[in-house]
Amino acid sequence: MRDFMHISPRIEATGLRIGRNGASLLNVAHLVLDGPGPTLILGPNGAGKSLLLRCLHGLIVPDEGRITMEGVPLSTTHRARQAMVFQKPVLLRRSVMANLTYVLRRQGLGWRARRLRAVQLLEEGGLAAKARQSAQSLSGGEAQRLAILRALAIEPEILFLDEPTSALDPSATQAIEGLILAAARRGTRIVMVTHDIGQARRLGADIVLMNGGQVAEQARVGTFFTDPQSAAARRYLAGALVI
Amino acid sequence: MQDFSQEFMSAIGLILSGDSDLWEIVLLSLRVSLLAVVIAALIGMPLGAALAVARFPGRRAVVILLNALMGLPPVVVGLLVYLCLSRSGPLGVLQLLYTPTAMIIAQVVLVTPIITALTRQTIETLDAEYAEQLRSLGISRLASVPTLLWDARLALLTAFLAGFGRAIAEVGAVIMVGGNINHVTRVMTTTIALETSKGNLALALALGAILIFIAVTVTAVVSLLAPQERASEMRHA
Ligand SMILES: Nc1ncnc2c1ncn2[C@@H]1O[C@H](COP(=O)(O)OP(=O)(O)OP(=O)(O)O)[C@@H](O)[C@H]1O
Ligand SMILES: [Mg+2]
Repeated sequence: MRDFMHISPRIEATGLRIGRNGASLLNVAHLVLDGPGPTLILGPNGAGKSLLLRCLHGLIVPDEGRITMEGVPLSTTHRARQAMVFQKPVLLRRSVMANLTYVLRRQGLGWRARRLRAVQLLEEGGLAAKARQSAQSLSGGEAQRLAILRALAIEPEILFLDEPTSALDPSATQAIEGLILAAARRGTRIVMVTHDIGQARRLGADIVLMNGGQVAEQARVGTFFTDPQSAAARRYLAGALVI
Repeated sequence: MQDFSQEFMSAIGLILSGDSDLWEIVLLSLRVSLLAVVIAALIGMPLGAALAVARFPGRRAVVILLNALMGLPPVVVGLLVYLCLSRSGPLGVLQLLYTPTAMIIAQVVLVTPIITALTRQTIETLDAEYAEQLRSLGISRLASVPTLLWDARLALLTAFLAGFGRAIAEVGAVIMVGGNINHVTRVMTTTIALETSKGNLALALALGAILIFIAVTVTAVVSLLAPQERASEMRHA
């Protein structure tokens, strides 16, 4: 199979719980993201996938539980080494180019280096012709692509992606999947939510199925699709849980 | 009625002839109000933005107080600044009463709450959109203020011009602390008030016309700048 390096940082979550108004939104006893290659998170709407990603990235503090990265409890310094693409992309009210140079500047790149790198990224993402346009005027798919490019620009050690290709056309999806795999090969840990089973098969090394706020199953990609162990996974694959 | 049309003609004459007294008053008004609004913006914009992103106990009360201060009665501001600057006041030694500086101070006090409150509103709305993304980029709440201010710059320019409009049209406070001294502290609004009461309508009308012209220009600039991004927007049916 694809050759992924074993240098991606290890993430471990124990006893994560989030509740609101008596309802349990997230309840993850134990989750370890350690193996090589991307982790793809599947699950029906409202299963808690976005919530889990926000927790792992440290954007929300769970009511209970503990998250470590390389054995060290999550802190703000970790977040600087991570990036996240949100389900609804948030772009700065600046030009397409400026959205990239903004984060590159925080990486400590000089003015010229920033522009060169931004142009390179825009070419890879098929947005070079839009560089000077306002980011607010991009189409839904273009905005999503820019958000992904911006996350890649950070060259994070961990990259969280929440349905990053949900609005992309087939060829853009292919291009973005290529960029994500390239990052994974360079050692970035990819943690990605998707509703696209084909995509999970293509990219996933490790599959996590969420259901009702819990991790219903975690398995290597081959096992998950050929021999699902949990009833939830079998139902999900049969399409029974998809609303 | 005959008198009035004559006054109109001499008002136009005053403007067109470049009457030095008239333009001295106009220039002083612009200088005082521009300086006041610049100072108010330098204080109010960072303050308003910080208030928008900061979370502390009593924040709601501060926001309510600030919104109330927007409607601060100018005469009260005039009175307070007068008390501060008067000979026996805390700043009396500076001998600023009845100088242009005193008028600038009064206008700063009047306009700063307006700019602060408008900035707070604008930045809070933008922050609701940006907060999580900036946090993801490892930018702390307070460190996100420059980004928010820059990305809200068009709306903030509107706040700036609103403050300028308020400053230049203000009479009560500046007449109390400026005194309307000929060639020293006469601005457009105070001169209009004085000359009208003296029956010298020509000068009052000329200044009134210029004041309206400035107000229209400011408003036009705001509406010309704001929809910059809309240039490429589609037409709606
Ligand atoms: N701030 C909140 N307050 C209350 N409920 C919330 C909050 N955030 C999320 N939830 C609830 O938690 C559940 C999980 O939300 P989450 O966004 O993680 O779902 P998801 O698995 O990402 O779904 P989707 O596939 O639709 O994106 C949902 O039922 C949602 O309504
Ligand atoms: Mg989601």
